[in-house]
Amino acid sequence: MTLRILRPGALATVQDLGRPGLQHLAIVPGGAMDPAAHRIANALVGNRAQAATLEIGLSGPELVFDEPLLVALHGARFEATLDGAAFPAARPVLVRAGARLRIARARLGCFGYLAVAGGIAVPPVLGSRATYLPGAFGGLNGRPVGAGAVLPIAPDAPALAAARFARVSARQGGAVEVGAGSARSVRWFAPAPSLPDADPPVARVVDGVHLALFTEAARAAFLAERWRVGPDSNRMGYRLLGPKLELARPAEIVSQATCLGTVQVPPSGQPIVLMADHQTTGGYPKIAEVIDADVPRFAQLGPGAQVRFARVALADADAARERWNGRLARLIERIRWELGNEDG
Amino acid sequence: MTTRASRDATAPAFAPRVMPLGDGAVMAELAEVADLDANAAAHHVAAEVRRRAPAWVTDVIPAIVTVTVLFAAASAREAQERREQASSLLLDAVARSRHRSAAAPARTVEVPVCYEAPFALDLDEVAARTGLDRAEVVRLHAESPHRVLMIGFVPGHPYIGGLDARLAVPRRATPRPRMAPGTVAIANEQTSIYPFVTPGGWNVIGRTPLALFDPARERPSLLEPGDGVRFVPITRDRYERGGFA
Repeated sequence: MTLRILRPGALATVQDLGRPGLQHLAIVPGGAMDPAAHRIANALVGNRAQAATLEIGLSGPELVFDEPLLVALHGARFEATLDGAAFPAARPVLVRAGARLRIARARLGCFGYLAVAGGIAVPPVLGSRATYLPGAFGGLNGRPVGAGAVLPIAPDAPALAAARFARVSARQGGAVEVGAGSARSVRWFAPAPSLPDADPPVARVVDGVHLALFTEAARAAFLAERWRVGPDSNRMGYRLLGPKLELARPAEIVSQATCLGTVQVPPSGQPIVLMADHQTTGGYPKIAEVIDADVPRFAQLGPGAQVRFARVALADADAARERWNGRLARLIERIRWELGNEDG
Repeated sequence: MTTRASRDATAPAFAPRVMPLGDGAVMAELAEVADLDANAAAHHVAAEVRRRAPAWVTDVIPAIVTVTVLFAAASAREAQERREQASSLLLDAVARSRHRSAAAPARTVEVPVCYEAPFALDLDEVAARTGLDRAEVVRLHAESPHRVLMIGFVPGHPYIGGLDARLAVPRRATPRPRMAPGTVAIANEQTSIYPFVTPGGWNVIGRTPLALFDPARERPSLLEPGDGVRFVPITRDRYERGGFA
């Protein structure tokens, strides 16, 4: 049971929800840059949240399904075709064996997730199938999925596909054909709550532990400026372009933990927002921390996008966490109901 | 500002500052400078917190003089409660740690190092800067009482303290773009070993044939926080013969 890559995308890697619990050995949890979109994609094909998906950054690969599979593409909005016909995103799609999916450029957002019923069956490393590129482990041999790559799929995937699609298409409005018999899908689709919803998008932050070390001007500029995500951004961090943020005086910081969403400022004065594959420790001053609820949206910005920061109190961050988690949980519950609530 | 309590048998040696690190973590800072006693205490505190941690603690990260606890929470109330409980876990562990001097590591790992060409790229420069000869630099490095202060940055990457003060040299002005895995390098009073190909600005004095990190091993990281380290000089011949494990 496989999925074959014909042409590579910009950055396609196998991801799941990562490997938490090992940061004392500097092993970052990693995993999906937008875990919310990853979860929704998995729910759309009836998988558990931890199942591995193909994370597609910026522009996607062209691939062929060797078996009839139930798949869903969620997250960033891509120009995508299946055997030349428009590919219906954000919903379960039962593709025929031999169908070719061509995922082009992302029109909105940066990271999409292709989930397959049964999951991508690469061997887990340290408890996770997530690809960690700096250490070259996890995923498909620790590397991006390139041309000619063959992704193993769970052996029961075709059976799962048939059973799950039969259930989902028995509900709301039945099945619809995609192209000339390339696939069958449904009439509804799932929203993508982590895609940008304002121009420029606003990321909420709480104060960084070293905020007081920065000049008044730097603190003001950090919140006033429209920042641009630099081209040399990657899964480790987004480098922001804008005014130089300066310290009031040189600071000697003893290396300490860094987190997902930490905004650190190296001597260049250009902030870096730490993302999924971030270093676990660092000695650069931290001006702010993007709140957990806004990290998936931040990940979807991608190179070239603009963003503003809004300072909130810890209590606001906690309230935002609850709203975000609630929204995601309700959305996933609704999708699971459409799929007939299999798999607990 | 943190003040240190007096070191008698009953009083805790550290009065940590505990602060939120973003909205999903709290960090205890045991000292403001890279103090070796505070480092030993940080490892003890981290181990203690890990032992007692409830399931919602997702990670405990000891660094040089800080310990950070990451937590998972679904609701606002859960986040507030867990932030407080994580702070208590840290403070309790510090209170129980009393004064931990950096005296005896629980284990010492032997790390063979070839201090010869073509690996010892900066050995001549280090010798010149310190006014020692090459053999003296190697001897002092091998005889220093090294101790893993932290595993940080990338998987298995050790920051090792204890370098003989006579070998303290600053970082290189221009970092090298690619350090080979196993590269042993020094800067200030620390030694570092690069587990993967990464850029690096430290002074390269040798290379170890051991894999610093291997996700397939039972203990994926060769070194762990608090370990003692003994560097054992080996010849180029011995390095090339291999068979280290």
